[in-house]
Amino acid sequence: MFSKEVLVSNQVGLHARPATFFIQKANEFKSGIWVEKEERRVNAKSLLGVLSLGITRGITITILAEGPDEEQAVNALVELISSNFAE
Amino acid sequence: MSEKFSVRLEKLITHFGLERINCTENTDDISIVSVDVNRPGIQLSGFYDCFDPTRIQLFGMVEHAYLASQPPDVREKKLKELFSNKIPVVIVTRGLEIFDELAAVSKEFDVPVLRTSFTTTSFLSRLIPFLHTELAPRITRHGVLVEVYGEGVLLLGESGVGKSEAAIELVKRGHRLIADDAVEIKKVSAITLVGSSPEIIRHFIEIRGIGIIDVKRLFGMGAVKDSEKIDLVLHLETWVEGKHYDRLGLTNEVTDILGLPIPSIVLPVKPGRNLAVIIEISAMNNRLKRAGYNAAEELNKRIMANMDINWEG
Repeated sequence: MFSKEVLVSNQVGLHARPATFFIQKANEFKSGIWVEKEERRVNAKSLLGVLSLGITRGITITILAEGPDEEQAVNALVELISSNFAE
Repeated sequence: MSEKFSVRLEKLITHFGLERINCTENTDDISIVSVDVNRPGIQLSGFYDCFDPTRIQLFGMVEHAYLASQPPDVREKKLKELFSNKIPVVIVTRGLEIFDELAAVSKEFDVPVLRTSFTTTSFLSRLIPFLHTELAPRITRHGVLVEVYGEGVLLLGESGVGKSEAAIELVKRGHRLIADDAVEIKKVSAITLVGSSPEIIRHFIEIRGIGIIDVKRLFGMGAVKDSEKIDLVLHLETWVEGKHYDRLGLTNEVTDILGLPIPSIVLPVKPGRNLAVIIEISAMNNRLKRAGYNAAEELNKRIMANMDINWEG
């Protein structure tokens, strides 16, 4: 299990369109990947799951992965969020 | 276990439409953490062993009659003793009269007093399920929850295995969707799990290629439900050639969710396999098993009986 925290700082947070970029990226990896906000953890490969967290600007989330490419997966997703989805 | 969660007093007041007799400044800061409720009759009479002060204190006819039987100064002393234990709130039932001493002591200790017109027992019968739901241990699982022939069926499995497609097919066949993708599961009693959808995505489904659809708008109110108990867990997995799948159904597998064993089945998925029909059958069969009939066992009995006859003959 590998995990990292990341601050969501893009203008709109993880609403519909950025969320699709996020889950597309997550789906490129073999590992099981989860997003955690406070006590709730959802599957990072599921669009509705990620949207259900209601991640808005300024919220810190944790990305966790377990599997053969867990480190790459977490780092790639953290980078995607840190780069503000190249807004 | 329940200590982890709390419910704001404000929510309780709104939910039950409680009358605020003496709400000191911040009912918003008060949270209830105990699922249990106390009738403090015995404490008022002076017995404080095993007293749990985190509970809601309910004043019914007995407490009222007892306090009424005491002279005002004793009444005040007894109420002070109870309130000094840092109780969260007092709720008076039956719309009973509030003693002046009760109002005064509640102000002094900054503990709100609320009132309901319901009798104690009927208020309790609503309060206890409310507290059990609000304070229940909970978990979010990636899956789909549908209600099929009255059975709450939780579909689990990898992303892309076809959970949402199966759900939509079931809805088309007249069953109901509760949650897609993220299912919030609460243990509302020692034997019951209830699942629902996070508010934001309630009754939406994602179908690859189409995108997001609104099941309530497309199929109507009859196709959705807000929450449902979980009776059966189906693990959908891509059919692995050569893997052994249950052929008889003699063994009863369970999946542990929040410490409760829920009957479960591993369902292999193959392109072209009509998953909706298979899910319908597993739901019906689960009901049949609960009613005491296991087809595999019955078949086994018949075979055994037949063997006996042959041996005897």
